[in-house]
Amino acid sequence: MTRVVTSPVMRFLARRVLYSLIVMLGVLVVVFALVHLVPGDPVRIALGTRYTPEAYEALRAASGLDRPLYEQFFSYAGSALTGDLGVSFRNGDPVTVTLLERLPATVSLGVVGIIIALLIALPAGVWSALHEGRLSDAIVRVTSQFGVSIPDFWMGILLIAFFATTLHWLPTSGYRPLFDDPAGWLRHIILPGLTVGLVAGAIMTRYIRSAVLDVAAMGYVRTARSKGLPPRVVTMRHTVRNAAIPVLTITGIQLATILSGVIVVEVVFAWPGLGRLVYNAVAARDYPIIQGAVLLIAALFLLINLVVDLLYAVVDPRIRLS
Amino acid sequence: MTTQEQSSRVSSLRLLAGNPVTVGSAIVLAVVLVVAVTAQWIVPFGTNDVDVPNALRPPSGEHWFGTDELGRDVFSRVLVAVQASMRVAVVSVAFAVVVGVTIGVIAGYRGGWLDTVVMRMVDVMFAFPVLLLALAVVAILGPGVTTTILAIGIVYTPIFARVARASTLSVRVEPFVQASRTMGTGHLFTLGRHILPNIAGPLIVQTSLSLAFAILSEAALSFLGLGIQPPQPSLGRMIFDSQGFVTLAWWMAVFPGAAIVVTVLAFNLLGDGLRDVLDPKQRTMIEARRRSG
Repeated sequence: MTRVVTSPVMRFLARRVLYSLIVMLGVLVVVFALVHLVPGDPVRIALGTRYTPEAYEALRAASGLDRPLYEQFFSYAGSALTGDLGVSFRNGDPVTVTLLERLPATVSLGVVGIIIALLIALPAGVWSALHEGRLSDAIVRVTSQFGVSIPDFWMGILLIAFFATTLHWLPTSGYRPLFDDPAGWLRHIILPGLTVGLVAGAIMTRYIRSAVLDVAAMGYVRTARSKGLPPRVVTMRHTVRNAAIPVLTITGIQLATILSGVIVVEVVFAWPGLGRLVYNAVAARDYPIIQGAVLLIAALFLLINLVVDLLYAVVDPRIRLS
Repeated sequence: MTTQEQSSRVSSLRLLAGNPVTVGSAIVLAVVLVVAVTAQWIVPFGTNDVDVPNALRPPSGEHWFGTDELGRDVFSRVLVAVQASMRVAVVSVAFAVVVGVTIGVIAGYRGGWLDTVVMRMVDVMFAFPVLLLALAVVAILGPGVTTTILAIGIVYTPIFARVARASTLSVRVEPFVQASRTMGTGHLFTLGRHILPNIAGPLIVQTSLSLAFAILSEAALSFLGLGIQPPQPSLGRMIFDSQGFVTLAWWMAVFPGAAIVVTVLAFNLLGDGLRDVLDPKQRTMIEARRRSG
């Protein structure tokens, strides 16, 4: 057998990519099965009061539901791979186009949310870890635990009530595209961004704290301290720098979680992203949209996790060598 | 029970009792549980007693949490909603524990191809964000309490499968398990007598944290109108309904939300306290994947 892949890094990367592809195949099966698990006839349900025998046959043929199951799966998987996710039951628009229209709103909310989360979590988490056991550590821990326990939709509503309805500083809801109207975009994204960022920040604070604590317990930190390096140098060069790797991981996971989980926040702020699209599609029983959105979101989730793993391999020599 | 087991249990309890935060959250949860169980008998008003002339009244001696836009007593509705919320959380997490632990223990104990196949399936489940998976289940089965329970149960099953498998793998190679197998005991006996008791710690911790997130998930689904259906009151739906009245009647939004926060916070703090004692090394996976929504 010829050895195609020689370097351990490449082997690790190849394994991770292969693994992600297998999981993605599983996701594809589940998403495909979704529409077949619906009790009753999805085409009939989707048509509702607009049902006529002609419309029924047309939609059934258009969505391929009249063919054998395995044929449907291969056809669905093949089309999905080429970017064709079918047409909406509701209005006949191509699902891919609809998803791509909604993506920028969700991505901008996710990015603003993760930036706010990092602005909170990095200083709070590092401070808390470096002051372990003191009062300020206890305050950070209790506050972050509190943040983790708050429903995001409730926080969103309270933020709207305070900053929009009472103080009239910011709009209650809506979205402006970044490139059309940057100022309007900023005004509209602050409250939903804060809602997402405060919750994610609370979670990340807890992770960053424990990441820094883990590193601080390492032998090389003790060595650095015992050879007389100033505490500030030990903290910055040995502790915080090495804690960057787990922080990178949790940031990636959180970004993936935010992108996939902003459904409720998007509903509260009438934010025209993927989450609100899924929500409306569930209410309207628009299965092609639900399938497409679930597929896209799961793919994004896997992709971000894969990128994090790859960065990890580049940054951490232990993974390269193991 | 051996003396050693007894003494380790006693010291665990002593450790737990020595942590005021853990004790405090346990007390809060006990109160919430009593309220949830007895809600029907202790509510001062019917949850759907409409009293329009007294609509949107602020908290008072008669209506502790004020009244909503139809004059219904918010306090009574919160109590009954807490009951519904706890029921959904407990039943769905129980489902996840039973199914997930069974899958995880069998996969970890049996090993080999079965383990590989089962855990890859669990990985696929993990690729779906929590609320999205729940929404997909609702899209299939239609909204309602049973769907909500099933959706949350399915969402949390893979977490328990992973925790149970990881713990089983480490216990399986312990000498006392090997010895038991060598003595010719059956697999079921070994699982029940040696494996399960020794993996209980991480599972208990996970259960407490999962209950917290199950309450949040139920509230989110009900907020979206896909969970508990009216006329039965639910905390999520009460918050949704309060949106039009937030500046007019803050109490409509604040009390149901506070009920969620208090319960979830108590489960989280209890879970943290339990982890310190029962499972100090474990960092739960659930947080990484928590609350998509």
